[in-house]
Amino acid sequence: MSDAPKTSVSVTINGRAFEARPGELLIEAAERAGTYVPRFCYHPRMEPVGMCRMCLVEVDGPRGATLQPACYLRVNEGMSVNTESEKVKKAQDGVLEFLLANHPLDCPVCDKGGECPLQDQTLTHGSGETRFIEEKRHFVKPIEIGELVLLDRERCIQCARCTRFASEVSGDAQIAFAGRGDLIEVSPSPTVPFDSVFSGNVVQICPVGALTAKPYRFSARPWDLEQVESTCTTCAVGCRVAVQSSGNRLTRLLGVDSEPVNHGWLCDKGRFTLDSIDANEGSTDPLLASTRITEPMVRRNGALAAVGWSEALSVAANLLRDAAATPGGVGAIGGAALTNEGAFAWERFVRGVLGSEHVDAQYGDGLDPALLQALPKATIDEAASAGTVVTLTGDLREELPVLFLRLRESAVQKNNSLVELAFGSSALRSVARVSLPVRPGEANAVAQAIAGAAHSKDFAFSEGDLAKACGLIGESGEGVVFVVGRPNLAEDARVIEAAIRTLAERYPQATFLAVLRRSNVNGALDMGLAPQLRPGRGFDVSAAGRDTTAQIDAMVLGEQKAVLLLGGCLLGNVVNVARATAALEAANVVAVTGHGGATLAFADVVLPAAVQHERNGTVTNIEGRVSAVTAKIVAPGSAWPDVAIAAELAEEFGQSLGLSSVEGCAKAIEETTGYPALSVLNDDSSDGVVVGREGVVATRGPLDPMAFPGIRSAVTVGLGARTGSTLAVDLTTKSSTTAAALDQVSAGRGVDVPLADAYSLRLNVSRRLYDRGSAMQGSPPMHGLIRPSALCLNHVDLDRLGVTSGTVVSVIGVHGTVSLPVVLDGAVPRGSAEIPFATLSASGEYVLSALVVDAGVYSQIRLETR
Amino acid sequence: MASFDAPSIVLSRKGYADSFTLARYLETGGYVALRKALTMFPEDVAAEVDAASLLGRGGAGFPAGRKWSMLRKSPVSYLVVNGDESEPATFKDHFLVERDPHQLVEGVIIAAYALQVNQAFIYMRGEFALGLERVQQALNDAYEQGMLGRKILGSSFSIDVVVHPGAGAYICGEETALIEGLEGKRGFPRIKPPFFPAVSGLYGEPTVVNNVETMSNLPWIVNNGGAAFAALGGGRSTGTRLFALGGRVKNPGVYEIEMVKNTFRDLIYDPRLGGGILNDRKIKCFIPGGVSAPWFGPELLDLPLGQDEVAEKGSMLGSGSIVVMDEDTCVVRAAWRITKFFSRESCGQCTPCREGSGWLERVLYRLEHGGGRTEDFDLLLDLCDNIAPGLTWPPQQTTICVLGSSIPSSINSALTMFRDDFAAHVKNGGCTHE
Amino acid sequence: MSHFRQDIRQRADELVALYPRSRSAMLPLLHLAQEQDGYLSDEGIAEVAELTDTSAADVRGTASFYDMFHLEPVGKYVVGVCTNIACLLAGGEEMLEHASVTLGCAVGATSEDGLFTLEESECLAGCDVAPCVQVNHRYVRSTTPEEFDTLIDDLRRGRLDSDVPAHGTLIRVRRSGGLRAPRAEVAEQRTEAKAARDARAAKEEKK
Ligand SMILES: Cc1cc2nc3c(=O)[nH]c(=O)nc-3n(C[C@H](O)[C@H](O)[C@H](O)COP(=O)(O)O)c2cc1C
Ligand code: SF4
Ligand code: FES
Repeated sequence: MSDAPKTSVSVTINGRAFEARPGELLIEAAERAGTYVPRFCYHPRMEPVGMCRMCLVEVDGPRGATLQPACYLRVNEGMSVNTESEKVKKAQDGVLEFLLANHPLDCPVCDKGGECPLQDQTLTHGSGETRFIEEKRHFVKPIEIGELVLLDRERCIQCARCTRFASEVSGDAQIAFAGRGDLIEVSPSPTVPFDSVFSGNVVQICPVGALTAKPYRFSARPWDLEQVESTCTTCAVGCRVAVQSSGNRLTRLLGVDSEPVNHGWLCDKGRFTLDSIDANEGSTDPLLASTRITEPMVRRNGALAAVGWSEALSVAANLLRDAAATPGGVGAIGGAALTNEGAFAWERFVRGVLGSEHVDAQYGDGLDPALLQALPKATIDEAASAGTVVTLTGDLREELPVLFLRLRESAVQKNNSLVELAFGSSALRSVARVSLPVRPGEANAVAQAIAGAAHSKDFAFSEGDLAKACGLIGESGEGVVFVVGRPNLAEDARVIEAAIRTLAERYPQATFLAVLRRSNVNGALDMGLAPQLRPGRGFDVSAAGRDTTAQIDAMVLGEQKAVLLLGGCLLGNVVNVARATAALEAANVVAVTGHGGATLAFADVVLPAAVQHERNGTVTNIEGRVSAVTAKIVAPGSAWPDVAIAAELAEEFGQSLGLSSVEGCAKAIEETTGYPALSVLNDDSSDGVVVGREGVVATRGPLDPMAFPGIRSAVTVGLGARTGSTLAVDLTTKSSTTAAALDQVSAGRGVDVPLADAYSLRLNVSRRLYDRGSAMQGSPPMHGLIRPSALCLNHVDLDRLGVTSGTVVSVIGVHGTVSLPVVLDGAVPRGSAEIPFATLSASGEYVLSALVVDAGVYSQIRLETR
Repeated sequence: MASFDAPSIVLSRKGYADSFTLARYLETGGYVALRKALTMFPEDVAAEVDAASLLGRGGAGFPAGRKWSMLRKSPVSYLVVNGDESEPATFKDHFLVERDPHQLVEGVIIAAYALQVNQAFIYMRGEFALGLERVQQALNDAYEQGMLGRKILGSSFSIDVVVHPGAGAYICGEETALIEGLEGKRGFPRIKPPFFPAVSGLYGEPTVVNNVETMSNLPWIVNNGGAAFAALGGGRSTGTRLFALGGRVKNPGVYEIEMVKNTFRDLIYDPRLGGGILNDRKIKCFIPGGVSAPWFGPELLDLPLGQDEVAEKGSMLGSGSIVVMDEDTCVVRAAWRITKFFSRESCGQCTPCREGSGWLERVLYRLEHGGGRTEDFDLLLDLCDNIAPGLTWPPQQTTICVLGSSIPSSINSALTMFRDDFAAHVKNGGCTHE
Repeated sequence: MSHFRQDIRQRADELVALYPRSRSAMLPLLHLAQEQDGYLSDEGIAEVAELTDTSAADVRGTASFYDMFHLEPVGKYVVGVCTNIACLLAGGEEMLEHASVTLGCAVGATSEDGLFTLEESECLAGCDVAPCVQVNHRYVRSTTPEEFDTLIDDLRRGRLDSDVPAHGTLIRVRRSGGLRAPRAEVAEQRTEAKAARDARAAKEEKK
């Protein structure tokens, strides 16, 4: 009885002995033993349901050998299995025949044709002839079940993958099975469409062509597609993807099952905004986000005019050189859109060539990177397996969608505890053990309350809930991961930084996952694109430089004469648009970018850069995982990779960065800083390496064409090539990177939070996934999903105002009044109001400039009905 | 001649028009057993049930005492009573819930006490509107009398019973689908293992599921002792049992008779029971235990009504419903109708059941209504074999629940026993029966 | 805000309180929604979703699994005729055909006056009075065409109003109260009982 827990169980598969893991599913054990069991409904990332019955195999038992489903039977000691007997073959052929009885034979017009598990298995196993002479089941042709997804019910084989995904994985069960028996069908509610931000996943995992994506439908045939594996940089989770193109046209992005990161899932923004990269050949106005910048441009007589590279580089160099002549005269903003190699090259350019310390990859909407560097770090996996996770972030589904999936899975499937410091509405709320509502300005007070477990009467949560949260966090914070971000853009970053510091000091055993969310911002910071930071996570406390907000101020004051914008649209990313506009008007502007945008109205020189899927390199995600990005298509027009632009611009200054190529740049990073780059770049099938983790190499498992159909190594049904194990370089980082100790960092020390006034509401400016960024605006299928601006209020405050959802009210802030419709949102804490970032007023101007500018530690607004 | 030596155990109030009222129940010895049980140790009550060797009456025939004792170690969280009775031609539980609801309620409280469960659910077929009302009334009465609720009858035992209406789905009689229905979900049977709700049932907690008739036997067993019950019947089949007799007999109805001591012939022909075949025609075949069971020919009429006796001959006593077909019956139509039932009631999870039942139904429809082909016979048998390999009984299960593997029973029976009838349908371009 | 009438909403809340988890009240709540509207309206479904903490698609999908729930309006009387095996042998098919003629509507359809919806039922567990007919899930004796016509006539004239309520109303006997066994006390009692059981088992083992 007191035996040590078994580490393996012996099973026999087709006469061969195999050591399986205790409790392992037979289908998985068989697969690891090299025996492929056919299947449809089984999906390695979801609970087995045993519906299709394709996986029947013969298992010896007390009643002799019987047919058992391998997909949910768990191995046990001495189990003997035959997967190849006549009986097994007959049963599987029978199931296939049953599945085809009602399945339409429309492969030639079906999107899945050519990459369809059903089609493939039929070709491999099927008899090819049907004994079914009756009329097939008919449904009205495809129905639109949401903005992005179509459903062809005739083709459905009832595997429950999509419905399981919706209820189990993403937790928004807007689709469910309806009907019974052979009338069973997948169905949304007639009143609520399937508008999950994860809807593309159900399309990807559908083993037939029942669910198709509108953006991809009929756009290409599988055999035309070419593919590379890469990393999505739409946000900073770093999901591994297969990027497919037909010729030089991007057609599709598919999630690759990466164990440490995305488990094969993607969000719809990452998946479907491909059009913003290459489908807008028509749009040429550089002020539109939907325009790709393809040629260098120089401002002439007030307008941007296309010129050749040499002219553009020389004009840019002159502007920057002139500005650099005065101390503090030049700086750089941005860099999150760059690869690590690009960021490294630009860092060298700005510090080395321009001699400027004023550089910042964040837009004043993040956190002090020095503080984040000082924290003990957790990976996504560690957060997803921690006994307790505490979030101090905005709604993660809106900010880092796939991280949300991982944390949700942890809470639901693994029953780990989630404690939420809730700043506004949040999709994790329903799975949190405790949710403590926090109003603007309160974060550190709440953190102190947790640290000291003292409850102040003013909090929006009960003493009981506080005690529960403390109980779950424990004394030392052992086994606890704090996920920290910047929930409220209308609040001084110091408030949340102070809260983070409080927790870090109180819980020495806890680790932190910081969630700066903008594409490769983590890589840009690691490459030194921030004051006090140096490439390779170097840190220089003595250095002084301006961050973005300070640079904007300096430009307004005329102290900084020129700015180098590294990708991204400055005006689209700052809260105080009015002040940034004034800064751009005052200074000379050199913009390196692939996308148009409002910022370019102030640009003097525009240098066209290649964007994601057009360049090679590495990127770093929220957990510090470096993975490769791979070019699939050639950048349009004369656009160059950023490394090349930086190098050429340096040449104009008569200097050489010594970085002639991406590979050279990656090599330089690795050699000079020990930060993994070249080795990752060379292994495009690895899941990357986490910076500072000795010797941990994550190799991607074999691609599973049944689980994630459509990915191109899925040539035939069966075991995919084990591409992941081909390269196993030891990527032990050379020098251990500097972790700035907490006491060396000033961020988060003391901030005075003034009392709120009783007549106002404290403002919370939160993020939305479907925002007004260039990806969404530039993508026709996604564009329509950007929600109109609104002000979200709790029902108590709504009632107090005496209005109902939808009423347009006047919102009075420190710098003016704007009108917005109000929307009821029970999750908004009483006494506060939530406005999504980059909100436009009813008349079209950015509202936050009026409400947030110089508002102090947090912003207050008043509402008036008209 | 049928044996009527055994006492009436569950139908003792059959003769009273007001058998469902509290007054009549109390007057006829009601709730005496409960009072007695409450003076015993719960384990001792369970031991009596074990001694009675009471086989479950829901279909599978698993001994109730054994099921309960599997839970000795982990305390049971819920007791769920299966009153979903939807197996075609089964109508015994219908009779019990409408006519003797208090007996059921008393049985449930006894079982709950024996299992030390404090919340029980009676999942009842939604189409039993009157039964639902009668059982609800009985529960209300019992609460009023202090036999339900907090610390019942002065004991330290508290129990709540909730009656849960189903909504029209045969599959919810299958215990794991029933639990899904009780959890407010689609009635999808759960994958097994775990094989018993006792391991993981309602909300994943240990749960005992028992049939209405099984429960209704408990008051008598507590009053008279398990040994007295076990002395009736024979072999593993102890006690009396309700049989629902239907089809081409003179007196269809629910009869309580002693097991094993009586045969199918007794039940069908005894004038006090079935009374023989309608219009005194000849019997062609009969289904011994619900439409999931393989059929028997007249040569097995003298088989005793016992669980093992029937199993030995390759069928089952199942839900205790016996359907009689006479020489005028079209077996093709009968098999078609039964298959249509399964096709309509398949929950739709398993491919062989969902697609296979519909396919079989359409082939049979063709045979019955014209358009049948001789090659359809082999097609039917082969499709059946793909659903339940080997076509033996009990079936080799390739589906999540036994509904799937039950589909072939009637088709296989009809085709093997009456292939000529099928051939005639092909020859005549359809059915020539009335 | 509530789509349910006040009394229905109150009963709904009482139902939810009977179960350890709110979703368990799904089927009774759907019956209740049907009692108010005669069928399951989108509004009714939305309210059940709210009460059970599920989504509208989930509620609708669940409801559509069960034959007794109607997602489209039906007649005041839903007439079910069984044609399953025992009734088939007693003329169920013929009865269904006759019903279709009498009501003037096809199986699955509603009569022109909107009063009757005809359904072919699976076994209704009334095989001793075959062929078996139910109206709104009440057993009504009708084994011959004549009896069926009289039944329909009686229903039309309201003679059966007290026996057969309009479609949707299933159980007219209300539960006389909520749960009475207090959960905390029960939990305590369970622990005690277990301790007593263990002690007794230990004693027996010693013997
Ligand atoms: C398809 C199917 C339908 C069933 N229907 C019923 C039913 O209507 N009533 C019932 O009591 N048991 C039914 N059962 C059996 C139950 O699963 C379960 O064995 C029984 O309720 C246990 O109670 P018992 O041990 O008292 O018989 C059915 C089983 C299957 C596979
Ligand atoms: S065998 Fe049929 S009824 Fe049973 S679970 Fe499978 S599909 Fe459902
Ligand atoms: S039943 Fe096992 S894969 Fe579908």
